[in-house]
Amino acid sequence: MDSKIALRLDINSRDYHVNVEARQTLADVIREECGLTGTRVGCEHGVCGSCTIVVDGAPVRACLMFAPQAEGKKIRTIEGMAEGDDLHPIQRAFSDNHALQCGFCTPGFIMLIAAWLEQNPAPADGEITGMLSANLCRCTGYRNIFRAVKQIVAELG
Amino acid sequence: MKAAPFTYHRPGKLEEALDILSRVAGQDGRIIAGGQSLVPMMALRLAQPAHLVDINEIASLRGTGVERQTLVIRALARHADFHQPALTGPLGPLLATVAQNIAHYPIRQRGTFCGSLAHADPASEWCLAAVTLGGTVIARRRGGAREIPAGEFIQGPLTTTLEPDEMISAVHLPVPDQTGRFGFYEFNRRAGDFAPAMSLVTFTVQDETVTQVRLGVGGAEETPRRLSQVEEALNNKPLTDAQIRMASELAASLITPLEDALIPQDYRRQIVKTAVRRALEAAQGSRHGQ
Ligand SMILES: Cc1cc2nc3c(=O)[nH]c(=O)nc-3n(C[C@H](O)[C@H](O)[C@H](O)COP(=O)(O)OP(=O)(O)OC[C@H]3O[C@@H](n4cnc5c(N)ncnc54)[C@H](O)[C@@H]3O)c2cc1C
Ligand code: FES
Ligand code: FES
Repeated sequence: MDSKIALRLDINSRDYHVNVEARQTLADVIREECGLTGTRVGCEHGVCGSCTIVVDGAPVRACLMFAPQAEGKKIRTIEGMAEGDDLHPIQRAFSDNHALQCGFCTPGFIMLIAAWLEQNPAPADGEITGMLSANLCRCTGYRNIFRAVKQIVAELG
Repeated sequence: MKAAPFTYHRPGKLEEALDILSRVAGQDGRIIAGGQSLVPMMALRLAQPAHLVDINEIASLRGTGVERQTLVIRALARHADFHQPALTGPLGPLLATVAQNIAHYPIRQRGTFCGSLAHADPASEWCLAAVTLGGTVIARRRGGAREIPAGEFIQGPLTTTLEPDEMISAVHLPVPDQTGRFGFYEFNRRAGDFAPAMSLVTFTVQDETVTQVRLGVGGAEETPRRLSQVEEALNNKPLTDAQIRMASELAASLITPLEDALIPQDYRRQIVKTAVRRALEAAQGSRHGQ
């Protein structure tokens, strides 16, 4: 039995043709088949948020989707954020505010924040902390990530 | 990759999904909706379905709608579809408040209301809402459908009366009248965790007295349920501070709390007391339009 499925995935506006098993998660396929290792895999069951990517505009856990479910969707990962050497404003705000140390959680946070701000462009402080509670960071203590978000919100406003 | 192998089906129509389900139900074929409970269970190999029937591409199952005096919540209505009130009147803000307490923003983008009922976690906010508000589960199989009151549908932790070849095509919630008030409170040590206890209450106020009280407690017992004794003690009287205290103490005394390593029974009983009090206080202060 050939259990592989041929898929075309649209990631950062580029087509990737892959052959995968249905049980391969989107996170694994993005990393291992497409070679985009910026998306991290931590817990693999939805708790840590390090695999967060944007699918059709919504931030989602890439470890909680099977790859065939993503066919026909527009996928955005951390690799699609900077333009050449120009960091995305959220990446710059992270750098300005020392919002990362080891950097493992950072791509997940940046994708979460990017998609969330599209829908919540003028958030209150409590809404920002509520949103950030979705993802785990074991280094920064969150304060600097919060400051980075505040900086972007100020820039947007 | 941690899940066991399975065959993936991606039907575009409801009839097609029911057809496939009828064929694969006997081999542990399952629906996948948001995947926010099923995929973790598969990653941990607590679930190893041989077939997954993905309903995400079935356009007729998306979103919510109001039909006569009923809010129809279709199988693909996501938790996030409730972030903004899904309808006018008190029910919209109530469901928006409840939704904010479910997991985290990214989980809410995919997780569904109907999937929460099918999963029947004791700490599911939507299970508490469906039971307290008198919801009806629409269970569909190839060539037929039946309606099951939410309170009868949920049998125990992760246990419902749904048959393997049935899917929930929608959950119906009665729309309360415009004067309804509501309050919801859940206690959590960390935002987004499964709550050790929560309470949902609705009533209407007539001539200073409260009537039509519905008071439910979730998370604290094996299944969410309404506490009819507490409802009776509150009905047709003014909702004074003393009444609120009485009701929260009575609620705490009536439950059989779950017990785990972090939360012994006595502690959970205390949390129930506080949750019921705060839900009642929130309802007292709420008025539609606020
Ligand atoms: C980190 C994390 C935190 C969470 N916190 C909470 C929380 O605080 N409160 C809470 O309530 N939930 C929480 N959840 C679970 C989440 O709300 C799920 O979305 C929900 O429990 C199940 O809905 P789903 O659509 O994702 O279902 P799925 O995961 O797709 O399915 C779950 C089960 O229901 C069945 N099923 C799904 N839809 C149907 C249908 N229409 N008909 C028949 N069967 C169906 C599936 O076969 C499966 O057995 C959390 C999840 C995660 C990962
Ligand atoms: S790896 Fe996906 S949430 Fe942890
Ligand atoms: S920077 Fe190390 S986990 Fe967040």
